[in-house]
Amino acid sequence: MAAFNEHGIRPVAISVDSPDISRKLAQQAGYTFPILSDPDVETIRRYDLVHAGAGENGHDIARPAEFLIDSSGTVRWVNLTENYWIRATPEKILEVGRLLK
Amino acid sequence: MTLRRLNWPLWAGFLLTIVSVITFFSFLVWIPSTRNFPWVTLLMFGAAAVLLFLGVRRAFAAEQAKPRRAKIGAVILTSVCAFFIAAFVFSFFVAARWLPASTNAPQVGQKAPEFTLADTSGKSVSLAQLLSTPVNGNAPKGVLLIFYRGYW
Repeated sequence: MAAFNEHGIRPVAISVDSPDISRKLAQQAGYTFPILSDPDVETIRRYDLVHAGAGENGHDIARPAEFLIDSSGTVRWVNLTENYWIRATPEKILEVGRLLK
Repeated sequence: MTLRRLNWPLWAGFLLTIVSVITFFSFLVWIPSTRNFPWVTLLMFGAAAVLLFLGVRRAFAAEQAKPRRAKIGAVILTSVCAFFIAAFVFSFFVAARWLPASTNAPQVGQKAPEFTLADTSGKSVSLAQLLSTPVNGNAPKGVLLIFYRGYW
């Protein structure tokens, strides 16, 4: 976390969870970065990441994905994992982040 | 019951299976190197399988006149463990790959779609704000968007 901030990169987490659930997660895990709530999968749909019916009671949720966006708003790196247990490591993201101006 | 009578490899294998599953979800899942490929958990499963095999062999050994319930118990316990191990391997290596293709997701070089969403205090936050609000007192070099499944 501190390493991301040092490199000038702001992590932002997005899921269908309500702000209340996200706040509890942040408190438990000690997260200080923004956690945003997209219950109606509007943004998740705009990024084509809807995993239809995969949530509780057939609720639509996001498939895991990471995007590194530079200060001009351009996508610089994308990770669309093929297995939701497997995520990008912080080291890999920092490696890409070092290339940002 | 003495150690000679107790079928300890069987029970050790059973305990190790349970402990493997618990340690993965409570601890190892937070470490990228033991989560992205669960080698610690698979090694523990392997050791549990060896113990269970020894336990079953012991229960069925001809020279030890074991009662029938010891044999039935060994088979049931081993089946329960095999179920746990199979369920873990299936969910990790098969079910976790059932994801949408996301062929229209933003690609490298494209503009990231703008959005405005509520943060944990219910305040609206836009991508433009996230890209311009300082990090550590300096203008941010970038924003890392992390989409996740959530806890619903």
